Amino acid sequence: MNWTSLNPWVATPEIFLLCAVCAILLLDLFISDAKRGVTYVLTLLTLLVTGVLVASGVSAPAEYGYSESFLVDPLSSYAKLTMIVGVALVLVYGRSYAKARGLYRGELFTLSMFSLLGMMVMASAVNFLTLYVGLELMSLSIYAMVALNRDSVASTEAAMKYFVLGALASGMLLYGMSMLYGATGSLDVFKVAAAIQSGAANQLLVVFGLVFVVTGLGFKFGAVPFHMWVPDVYQGAPTPMTQLISTAPKVAVLVLALRVLAQGLEGFAPDWRGMLMILAVLSIALGNLTAIAQSNIKRMLGYSTISHMGFVLLGLLVANVNGYAASFFYVVSYVLMGAAGFGILMLLSRAGFEAEQINDLKGLNQRSPWFALMMLFVMFSMAGIPVFLGFFAKLSVLKELVNMHLVWLAVFAVIFSLIGAFYYLRIVKVMYFDDAESHEPLQASLDAKVVLSVNCALLLVLGLMPNQLMSVLIDAVQRSIVVVAY
Amino acid sequence: MDLSLAIFYVFAVVLVFAAFRVITAKNPVHAVLYLVLSFFNSAVLWMLMKAEFLAVSLIVIYVGAVMVLFLFVVMMLDINFEALRKSFWKFLPVAGTVAGIMLVEMVLILTHRYAKIDAARIVEPSFNTASAEVLGKLIYTQYFLPFQLAAVLLLVGMVAAIALTLRKRKNTKYLNPGDQIKVKREDRVRIVKMQSEPRIVADDAAADDKPAA
Repeated sequence: MNWTSLNPWVATPEIFLLCAVCAILLLDLFISDAKRGVTYVLTLLTLLVTGVLVASGVSAPAEYGYSESFLVDPLSSYAKLTMIVGVALVLVYGRSYAKARGLYRGELFTLSMFSLLGMMVMASAVNFLTLYVGLELMSLSIYAMVALNRDSVASTEAAMKYFVLGALASGMLLYGMSMLYGATGSLDVFKVAAAIQSGAANQLLVVFGLVFVVTGLGFKFGAVPFHMWVPDVYQGAPTPMTQLISTAPKVAVLVLALRVLAQGLEGFAPDWRGMLMILAVLSIALGNLTAIAQSNIKRMLGYSTISHMGFVLLGLLVANVNGYAASFFYVVSYVLMGAAGFGILMLLSRAGFEAEQINDLKGLNQRSPWFALMMLFVMFSMAGIPVFLGFFAKLSVLKELVNMHLVWLAVFAVIFSLIGAFYYLRIVKVMYFDDAESHEPLQASLDAKVVLSVNCALLLVLGLMPNQLMSVLIDAVQRSIVVVAY
Repeated sequence: MDLSLAIFYVFAVVLVFAAFRVITAKNPVHAVLYLVLSFFNSAVLWMLMKAEFLAVSLIVIYVGAVMVLFLFVVMMLDINFEALRKSFWKFLPVAGTVAGIMLVEMVLILTHRYAKIDAARIVEPSFNTASAEVLGKLIYTQYFLPFQLAAVLLLVGMVAAIALTLRKRKNTKYLNPGDQIKVKREDRVRIVKMQSEPRIVADDAAADDKPAA
């Protein structure tokens, strides 16, 4: 053990982020409520610099640090960039919303950056211990953020549910990891893989641990039958927090799943493929069917997230590099779609009024034709209508399924996507063909409006030329998953 | 070797006595103090087994922090321990069963052949240095990252706890002198011009004017 094997600078973006969060945490104590904009600008600057630091190492070969418990590879770098964008979008869209509800406090910024730190650690960790600590860092910050709106009963209830079920999921995951440790004698993902390959691992114990790991992952993905928390938390949490929960952490959990399942337990792929297939089929079916019955749009988007996560799991269960790449592409597109959807909801909310019913979108075209068009982009993209990004995300997953001769699964997914298109198109119908009930102008700062427009336009632009993004992500996954150092 | 055996017996006897007093002491504060004593004695026993890091952390964490907190709780809470003691016979059957099961399990484990370790089979630590030093080296080299992240996790716990519980008091009578001086008449008083209205129903007005009985 020496300085070289510690190699601390491999985590430069994380170290910078941590130092900056601590500085902002202290600085914010001396900033009055009226000048909170300083914290906001500093936070966005921090995210920008962290993003630049991550991006500067994106094409470098994979590098280990911290005695092989931390790995910076293209997969982790692209995942981190997506998370940074996801968190930044939360802060930009959520600013006016938070201001109107007394949530515009220093903790909003520091906690969201701490959760980002946890996610970034999750993306790079290749040791069960580090993975778990990263996961807890992310989750704990988000639990607190959901509860930040202390005087709202719905938020408190959502936070309580999220906390209890999240703790249960963490416990499951940790128990599974301890079983894997018992079976293989190592906490290191690649050493676990090597032990399984050489036949030194206790088969029964690995499968036993695998069940708990998949259960824990199912909870974190929000896949059926571990989805109970999703609708309540989505509805109860303040909308910026809902946006945060539904975007960046999904990327982190996908990378966690790739590390544990694809890299660590590759030898047990037939076992976990079956488990994931059940989760995916149930998620796509139940998510799409239940979303139809919702009148609350946040709840509806919650069920829609469940069905989207079903698609991500479909890509995972293909269990080859192309399938993982399709999943990764799907989750990155979902971050953009989810952020834009919740961003528009926050745009419609104002002090004392929460836009969360589908009826609140009535006649949006009369109030603001531009943002009605933007919401149309988001809904078309989520429904998977061609030329939008969501279509290509679904297509890439389905293509890999067909390549693996899982045609029945692909047909099943397409049928339920068609059913799901109903509730997305209903939003479009409500916006364009119903009369507006209120004629309040949309209140949001200019930056939120501009960023939101760019975000929604990206769904169309990236949909028109999806090859660049897709080839970059596929290349990243291919270069990362192949790297097995032992 | 004999000296350490003597030390073992002295502290073991005190430990058993203190543990016994924890459950028999009438005064709960005494019980907590006896618990502190038993922790201290078991720490010494650990020290005899060359596990000085465990011994020190037992004293620092349990005696220093947890038990002090516990003592405060016991002193603050107004629990009628006499009333609790009255239901002793009611809970005895269940408690006795649980204790019996635990006793049988412990006897089974201790009489199992794996439990019979003779002195020759006890592995001496391969290192000559203190266990705290070895542990510290591991924590700051191999487990450096998770250890530091655990520290960040504690920081997040603190930030979250403060964010969720700290409230500015709404009913304070604090006034800002600057605002008081800057205030103008226009901010406080609004003069509304109104037409004077003639009194129409004299009886109602008279009834209103009557002082309350």
